[in-house]
Amino acid sequence: MMVSLNLECMERSGCKPMHQVTSEGITKTYDKGKSFAVDKVTFEVDKGELFGLIGPDGAGKTSLFRILTTLLLPDEGKAAVNGYDVVTDYKKIRNVVGYMPGRFSLYPDLTVEENLNFFASVFGTTAQENYHLIKDMYSQIEPFKKRKAGNLSGGMKQKLALSCALVHRPNTLFLDEPTTGIDAVSRAELWEMLTKLKAEGITILVSTPYMDEANLCDRIALIQRGRILSIDTPSSVTRKYKGKLYAAKSQSMYRLLEEIRKYDQTQDCYAFGDSLHFTLKDDSGNGIESLSDFLTASTHFSFDLREIEPTIEDCFIGLLRE
Amino acid sequence: MKSMAAKQLSALVGKEFRQMLRDRKSLFMLVGVPVMQIVIFGFALTNEITHAKILVEDYSRDPVTQRIVDKIQASTYFDVEEGSLMPDALNVAFRKGQIKLAVVFPVNFGSSLLHLHRADVQIIADASDPNTAVTLTKYLSSIIADYQMELDRTSKAPLQIEPEVTMLYNPELKGAPTFVPGVVAFVIFLICIGMTSISVVKEKELGTMEVLLVSPLRPALFLMAKGLPYLAVSLLNLIIVLLMSVFLLDMPIRGSIVLLLAESVIFIVCALAIGMVVSITSKTQQDAFMNGQLNMMAPAYLLTGFLFPVENMPLPLRLLANLVPSRWYYIIVKDIMLKGMGLQSIWKESLVLVGMTVVLLWVNTRILKVRLQ
Amino acid sequence: MGAVVISTNQLTKKFGDFAAVDSVSFDVYQGEIFGFVGANGAGKTTVIRMLCGLLLPSSGTASIAGFDIYSQTEEIKKSIGYMSQKFSLYEDLTVKENIRFFAGIYGLSDKEIREKGDGLVFELGLQESAKKKVKELPLGWKQRLSFSIAIIHSPQVVFLDEPTSGVDPIVRRQFWELIYAASERGITVFVTTHYMDEAEYCGRVSIMVDGKIRALDTPSNLKTRFSGNTMGDVFRSLARGAARVGD
Repeated sequence: MMVSLNLECMERSGCKPMHQVTSEGITKTYDKGKSFAVDKVTFEVDKGELFGLIGPDGAGKTSLFRILTTLLLPDEGKAAVNGYDVVTDYKKIRNVVGYMPGRFSLYPDLTVEENLNFFASVFGTTAQENYHLIKDMYSQIEPFKKRKAGNLSGGMKQKLALSCALVHRPNTLFLDEPTTGIDAVSRAELWEMLTKLKAEGITILVSTPYMDEANLCDRIALIQRGRILSIDTPSSVTRKYKGKLYAAKSQSMYRLLEEIRKYDQTQDCYAFGDSLHFTLKDDSGNGIESLSDFLTASTHFSFDLREIEPTIEDCFIGLLRE
Repeated sequence: MKSMAAKQLSALVGKEFRQMLRDRKSLFMLVGVPVMQIVIFGFALTNEITHAKILVEDYSRDPVTQRIVDKIQASTYFDVEEGSLMPDALNVAFRKGQIKLAVVFPVNFGSSLLHLHRADVQIIADASDPNTAVTLTKYLSSIIADYQMELDRTSKAPLQIEPEVTMLYNPELKGAPTFVPGVVAFVIFLICIGMTSISVVKEKELGTMEVLLVSPLRPALFLMAKGLPYLAVSLLNLIIVLLMSVFLLDMPIRGSIVLLLAESVIFIVCALAIGMVVSITSKTQQDAFMNGQLNMMAPAYLLTGFLFPVENMPLPLRLLANLVPSRWYYIIVKDIMLKGMGLQSIWKESLVLVGMTVVLLWVNTRILKVRLQ
Repeated sequence: MGAVVISTNQLTKKFGDFAAVDSVSFDVYQGEIFGFVGANGAGKTTVIRMLCGLLLPSSGTASIAGFDIYSQTEEIKKSIGYMSQKFSLYEDLTVKENIRFFAGIYGLSDKEIREKGDGLVFELGLQESAKKKVKELPLGWKQRLSFSIAIIHSPQVVFLDEPTSGVDPIVRRQFWELIYAASERGITVFVTTHYMDEAEYCGRVSIMVDGKIRALDTPSNLKTRFSGNTMGDVFRSLARGAARVGD
């Protein structure tokens, strides 16, 4: 089945087999065009790539995924999956993609096994046919196969949902916030699984609000208010960070924050985990020495200042401030 | 090797059945509510009546009438009141509820029966409570018939007593013995709408709708699979209700059972299709319940015609009633069950039902989008 | 460190034979931002329910704001605030109406409600939106308003459940600054979450696995001790072998 589909793709003019997913100026508005859910989004995802769409709730990730999975029509722009247009060839796309929506999308009153078999039948296949693909994951939940899906833990539900999305061996997988609502161990396991699926040649698009997951992707797009702020590999995104970033620590974070903000050369200062991150208006001079002098003069607690490498989250904040 | 569509359909139908059977509470409601309705309507409306006050006016005063009055007196159904039957007094007695029934034997009742082999007896009932009136006249008629049979055994030629029944206040007895077809139509209608009205919207709320949309599954197949299990349950429901009507409430099925079931299938599909439209257009299960059950309840109750005669309603309501499928089904069931009529006399109503069903199914395929919204 | 505000000693809750919470002992000090993390089913929710006086322990003792969790649950409820990840505000009431309602529940007088309400609106910069319905506010503002309302009665402890999961990084910072400010004023902030990047912001973090507290220290000490770069690494090394799966 896959072979014939790909042949068809090759025969079509204008089909670029290198790009598994393309989006050109995709725009989606709601409230009669007043607000933009997705605003002129353009990007490509290569075959076999693990692509992350990173942005907070309400950034437009779900709308974009729904357009690419043919669930929503874009207002403007063109998009294609596997060489098929999302508007005109939607039926063909539905044969080759796997989709896991953001919410729990299983039947809670059916058992684990029944859910899997059901979704397999909907795609005209059986759970046995592509069992090797889901084996790693499904074997963990198999001991509970007679249990109702509604009684599984968050992590197990997610494993079952992913198994169901994979059961027909899609060539492109869309996972909308698969790690929301599950614990850190299950999150790590899910990302390990995605790496394995990538090795099987499946193109994966995954969205997440958690910036710390960005480094697990081949390439990422940072998205906010329907617009893409930056697209690149995670390391290039951080490399492109403008200026120098510093971290500050002390016993009283709140007072330190207030003091650093009082300093007239401070451009931006914000809490970041157990420290504060800040940038200065002018990086050329001996910025933090002067700040250190300023703090010593105005406070009576010890502090620690040093230059650091920005994280994806720092980049995101930097891009939002621009 | 089964085709893709057949595999999908059987998987979907299997899934729907499993979900339906697992939801014990709803299942109980599905089957329990119609049974309960029939029992409530059945017994509340036709419960046996005892010691009803009956006024006997005997202008004949012969051994025959005396014997009949004795028999009436002897039964537990009636308490005989002697009294004058001046028209005014009779009316007052009826209006005050002092009597439920009056029986008048004309002059020469006995001799005309014995010599002319026939006699008339007048029965007047308070039909403002039609069910009681019908029941009481039935009791009285059977007492008279009983006596007639006694006489027949001793007489050479068959004797005939002609009870002439007058129903006061509600001469046509609308909605009286016909309540069973009405309840069947009303209950099946609401249950069917209720079942499908949550079926699609539930998947929307679960998020499974999104997954099914992003699959090669065709929307029409999805709808068919949603409807089939409910069609099966509804038919089962209908059969239970019919069995109860026949064995518990002594209702006849005079016409063809096959025809009755065929008409029922059309009606059920029609009602399921209405529920499906509600479900597709609703955003939450709560909306669906409001739109499906609460908003359909009043029209179904009032306009089916089994409690309130549609003929007496103002024109706008009569027109509106024509849009209520249960009204047509009610007529069909009544004609088949009670009057024993065949398709030749109910083809118009059947055609209306088929037409409605086709339109509704078409609407369903139009509004179930291949995308969200 | 300030005075002890929350203290538990061998706190245990059994459901039948199953020890949902198994001999948990810890102290939380005044003005501390205390992170309480664990996987689903680790027993976090049970501990918090016991601390809030919603559930009686099977054994062990605990006090909150000096009140005993067995006998003084009414006093406890007056001295704590609570904010869940779903903002518990009435979306169809205005900002002012929400403030008045929640302050009223905690028995603030009309004068106090007016003063505190005005102060709160001013602090959050909501002057122009005070008469707007809550549903018209951007997510970040709703969240900050929700927190400010949760502490309007100046509780000794405020419980936060996954307060910043999924919000944009700038909104998240603004929210943590509010938390820092509250802590600076002496309010103890008890944060439960299963997002380890939220745990990074806390002064001290307790990690619960299978009903027991497996580690309790500052994020940097924990990272050193379990040789991880992030709290996520620390958590995973502790919770990998957890027996409990389930909600």
